[in-house]
Amino acid sequence: MTADLLRPADRTSPPLLDVRELSVRFGFGGSALDAVSGVDFQLALGETLCLLGESGSGKTVTMRALIRLLPPTALITGRVVLDGIDVMALDANRLRAMRGTKVSMIFQDPLTAMDPVFKIGSQIAETVVCHDGLSYSAARARALEFLELVQIPSARRRLDAYPHELSGGLRQRAMIALALSCRPKLLLADEPTTALDATVQIQILLLLRELQRKLGMATIFVTHDLSVACEIADRVAVMYAGRFVETGTISEVIDSPRHPYTIGLFGSTVHSGTHNGPLTPIPGAPPDPSNMPPGCAFAPRCPRVVPACNERIPELAEFEPGRQARCPRINEEEHS
Amino acid sequence: MNSVSATTERRARSLAGPRSHVEEDGPVLSVHELKKYFRLSSGLFGAARGYVQAVDQVSFSVSKGETLGVVGESGCGKSTIARLLIRLIKPDQGRMFLDGQDVDAPNSISVRELRHQVQMVFQDSYASLNPRHTAAEEVSFGLSAQGVARSEARRRANEVLDFVGLEPGVFADRYPHELSGGQRQRVNIARALAINPRVLILDEAVSSLDKSVEAQVLNLLIDIKKRLGLTYVFISHDLNVVQFVSDRVLVMYLGKVVEIGPVEKVYRSAGHPYTRALIASRLSMDPRRRIAAPPVAGDLPSPINPPSGCRFRTRCPIAEPVCGTKEPLLAAVGDDPLHVAACHALAPRSGHSLAPQPVSRTASPSGA
Repeated sequence: MTADLLRPADRTSPPLLDVRELSVRFGFGGSALDAVSGVDFQLALGETLCLLGESGSGKTVTMRALIRLLPPTALITGRVVLDGIDVMALDANRLRAMRGTKVSMIFQDPLTAMDPVFKIGSQIAETVVCHDGLSYSAARARALEFLELVQIPSARRRLDAYPHELSGGLRQRAMIALALSCRPKLLLADEPTTALDATVQIQILLLLRELQRKLGMATIFVTHDLSVACEIADRVAVMYAGRFVETGTISEVIDSPRHPYTIGLFGSTVHSGTHNGPLTPIPGAPPDPSNMPPGCAFAPRCPRVVPACNERIPELAEFEPGRQARCPRINEEEHS
Repeated sequence: MNSVSATTERRARSLAGPRSHVEEDGPVLSVHELKKYFRLSSGLFGAARGYVQAVDQVSFSVSKGETLGVVGESGCGKSTIARLLIRLIKPDQGRMFLDGQDVDAPNSISVRELRHQVQMVFQDSYASLNPRHTAAEEVSFGLSAQGVARSEARRRANEVLDFVGLEPGVFADRYPHELSGGQRQRVNIARALAINPRVLILDEAVSSLDKSVEAQVLNLLIDIKKRLGLTYVFISHDLNVVQFVSDRVLVMYLGKVVEIGPVEKVYRSAGHPYTRALIASRLSMDPRRRIAAPPVAGDLPSPINPPSGCRFRTRCPIAEPVCGTKEPLLAAVGDDPLHVAACHALAPRSGHSLAPQPVSRTASPSGA
C-alpha cells in the first residue's frame, strides 16, 4: 500500500495536466523580471506533486500561472493542457468556468481568501450554484456534505458561521470544503499549512491526504518545508530562481538528493536528529531576480562550482528514469 | 553593587574578549508568578468585555550561560513573556529578579539598567529596524543614547557588525531595504549586542527566514553565545529549532507553563499529554514513516475564557472530572527534580486515576 503510493503514477495514460516550457515574466523591456523560466511537468489523477523552494523561487507564480491567476502585467508563455483543455487559449468566460470545476485552489491564509461578510454555507452554496447549476437548496445540502467531509464538528451549525468566527484550523477546513465543492480534478494548494500550529498542521495534512484518496484528484502542493513534502508528496520538484533544479519521487529525493542546492537545503534544515551539532548552511543568499548570474543561478553559492557553470544555464537532464537534475556535474563519480 | 561603575566596567569590556564568570552562581533572570491579562473593551465607555489571560502565574528561572527554549502554539503567551522580560509591557502581578535583585523594588535596578543587561531580537527583521537608519546608525544608537561619544559609538558599531558577519565596509551604510532578510536579522542581533548585554531574548528570531538563511543565523547565534558567554531565552513555535538550540525547554499552553525540563528529557519522555501531542505532531522527514493519525484533535480554545481547571482538558485524551475542577500544579516527571509538568496524572493524591500512589510510609525506616 505504502509502496504503491510512493511510486510515480502510471505514465501510459494521458496525463491530467501537461505543462511545457511554462515561463512567466513581469514587466517589460530592460526592467523585465523572469519569475519562472521553462518549467515542464506532467501530472496524473491521484498524484501529488510538491513544488519545493524558498521565497522568491517561483513556486507560487508557477502554480498561479497554470490557471492564469496572475496580474495582467505578467506575461505567461508556454503550453498548459489540463484534462484536454488548452488553458492558454481560453477566453475570460471559459477560464472562469474552468476555475472551480476542473481546478481550484487553497491558500495560506483562509481569512483573506474567504469573503468576511458572507456565511460559510452561503459562500460554498453560491459556488455550487454558479458552477454546477444546482438549485440553492441542493447547493446548500452539498455545502453541508462537504463541511462534513472535511470533518468540521457540528457542521450544520457551522454553515451559518462567518469566517472570523472559526478558529484557524476550522477556517482552513472550510476553505478546503469550498475549494472541493465542485469536485475539481486538480487541487492547487499554496502553503495551506504554513500559518497553522504544529498540532493543527498535521490534522490538515492528514485530511488532505484522505480527501485525495477519496476523491481521486491530483494535487500540486507548494511548500518551503521539506518535512511537509515528506508527509504529502508523491513527487517533488525543487525550485531555485524560477527553474526546476531537481525532480523525482519524494523518497528518491530525500534518500539521495543530487543537486547541490537540494543537498544544501537538507544540511540547513533542523530536524529531530540535529542537536547542537553545527548546521551546514548554504552560504550567501538567493540571487536578485533583476540581476541574475549569467550561468547557473546557484553557481555563486555552490560548493561544487566549475568554470562551465558560469558560462551557460545547465540543462535539466534525466540521469535516472524519472529523476532529473539541473547540474553539469550530476554524472560525475563522487557524490556526497 | 554600584550600578554606575558596573555600567562603566561593562562598557570597558571588549566585545569579543572572554567574559569573566566571577559573579556568584544562581539564576541570571528569574520570574515568580508573573501574570498579564489584556483587557478587552467594548462599547462607548470601554467597559471590560473580558480578559485575554495571556500569561498566568508563570514562574521560571534562567541560569547563567544557559539557553532556555520557550515553545508553544499561537496564543500561548510566548511573546507576552518576552515583552514582560524586558519590560516593554508591565506585568499585572508577579516579581522579576535580575541577578537576585528585584526589578520592581524601590532602590533596586531600574528598567533602564535592566535593558542594559537584557536585550531582545524580534521576529520581523524589517519592522524592528528604523527605515531611516543605516546599519551602523542603528547599531550605534543605543550606545549614543548611553552617552558614548559618536566616533567611539561608530567604531564600536563597525566592530559589532563585523562580529555578526557583516563586513562594515560593505554593509555599515546600507539602509534596511538594501539588506536581505538574513542580513537584517544580523543587524538586529548586532544592535542587541552593541551595549554588551548578558541576556538575549530571541522572540521567533529565525522564524520568518528561509531555511538556508535560518541555518546561517542559528549557527551565528550559537557561535556568539559561546564566544560571549551569553544567556538566551529562545522563543519559538518550531519544535525542531528549540530542540536544536536549547538546554532546557519550557512548554506553554494558553498562558500556563505545562512543562519545564532538560531538553532531552522533555523530548524523549514528556510528562504532560500536551507536550506529548506537540512532539508527536512533528513531521518525520521520512516519507516511509508518515504520521497515520493526528496526535491531538481540535484547535486551541480561545485564551479569552480558557477552560476551567487544566486548560488542556478539552483536548486531552486522559482528562477526568478532576481536571475540570482543580488546576494542576507542577509535579515531578520521573526522578529528575528539574523535569516538572502540570498534570493531575503525575501528582500524587490529585484524584486522577493515573496519579502515582503515594509511597507507603510503613516501609520506610525513617518513619519516626
